Amino acid sequence: MSELVDIYWLYFLVGQYPHGPLGGLTLTVLLATLGLVLALPLGVLLGLARFSPRPWLRVPVTGWVWVVRGTPLLMVVFWAYFFLPTVTGHKTDQFSTMLAALIVFDAAYLAEIVHAGLKALPRGQLQASMSLGLTRGQALRSILLPQALRHMLPSLINQFVATIKETSLGTIIGLSELSYIANQINAQVLVKPVEIYLTLAGCYFLMCFGLTRIAAVAERRLARSVG
Amino acid sequence: MPVLSFAPLLHGDYLAWLLAGLRLSLLLTGLTLLTALPLAIAIALLRLSPWRPLRLLGEGYVEAVRCVPLLVHMLFWYFGVPELLPAGLKEKVYAGDIEVVSAWAALTLYTAAYMSEDIRSGVRAVPGAQLDAALALGFSFLAGMRLVILPQALRITLPPLLSQTLNLWKNTSIATVIGAAELMTQAQRVESATFRGFETFALVTVAYLSVSLVLTGLAQWAQHHVSPQRAQR
Repeated sequence: MSELVDIYWLYFLVGQYPHGPLGGLTLTVLLATLGLVLALPLGVLLGLARFSPRPWLRVPVTGWVWVVRGTPLLMVVFWAYFFLPTVTGHKTDQFSTMLAALIVFDAAYLAEIVHAGLKALPRGQLQASMSLGLTRGQALRSILLPQALRHMLPSLINQFVATIKETSLGTIIGLSELSYIANQINAQVLVKPVEIYLTLAGCYFLMCFGLTRIAAVAERRLARSVG
Repeated sequence: MPVLSFAPLLHGDYLAWLLAGLRLSLLLTGLTLLTALPLAIAIALLRLSPWRPLRLLGEGYVEAVRCVPLLVHMLFWYFGVPELLPAGLKEKVYAGDIEVVSAWAALTLYTAAYMSEDIRSGVRAVPGAQLDAALALGFSFLAGMRLVILPQALRITLPPLLSQTLNLWKNTSIATVIGAAELMTQAQRVESATFRGFETFALVTVAYLSVSLVLTGLAQWAQHHVSPQRAQR
């Protein structure tokens, strides 16, 4: 076990970098962070559209969110793999493919979180703001959305955990993130699959468990500040 | 851009492959439900147990399983676990359908962790005095749970359990990473044989969505008709 760590720790952390593309744990964290950060604005827009009184906006967006949430992420990844080159005109690398899939997929889940956050606010707030002369857009922007986003923080952290776990699907399209690297190491070593995959699981566990603890603390604080 | 044509996919071998994939995905979902539900109830009971070490055991299980991607569970059960088995059993496992069995094992453990959380919150929604009353009447903890609390809790839990089943259905697609011949694997096979990626993925997406639609519909129905919350209000 210790010689495994001695030989492969750097490969596990950064992949072939600096002699090749960045990979490993670093790529997993980078991909998950970028995925969530870029999905957030899209998720907020979709969530607002889900909350809109205009049916021509609400109905198609609700349908889209349902379609994405009813499809496996892997299917979205394959669509991205297939569609991005026809849109951009040149071959897309695995990183952009996976990132695009994560953004589309996470945005739909975030839209539900935003929508639920808006719906949880007392209806009177919107009516009160509008009777004070604010437009619906102003009321959403300066009264409702800030509160909804604050209440969303624990859900957002949990969504980050989900995103970290989702990046593991990059393996299937050959993106050299953490799980792919573990597979590569297993293929080279051959005789120590249990140790290698337990180490891999341990890495994900440390990241995700740490984050869920933070989410739990955030939730308790929020409950105190509201209650 | 070539003209779209679904016709080549809708007869002969390709359709048969896709249907076989759909059947295996559905089978995996069904088998996993059968094994994950009892396990989930057992874990939920551990977490509600009056004895602290058992509670910690249940909590440890749920956290450990949920904080690791399903893909890693599958790799572990496919590459790792068979190596731990004694030689005679190992040969038997490798001779059998090891991809499907590994996927089933991983899906069971993963789904049970999520379902146990739903069941636990269902149990907590039943007034606690009922368990006290059952204990006072001479029921044991397990008998009180089985006869008084769980029948009510499972009714409350039905809608979230159905949405977990939807997640389970989508998660079966990850079994493609260990080569189980489910729908996603067959889709890749058809795509590389026909080069009709758009049509193949469109068909398979519709297949996934149809089952998702049924499960969402069931969950909504359960929310309105089976869950007792509505009656209470």
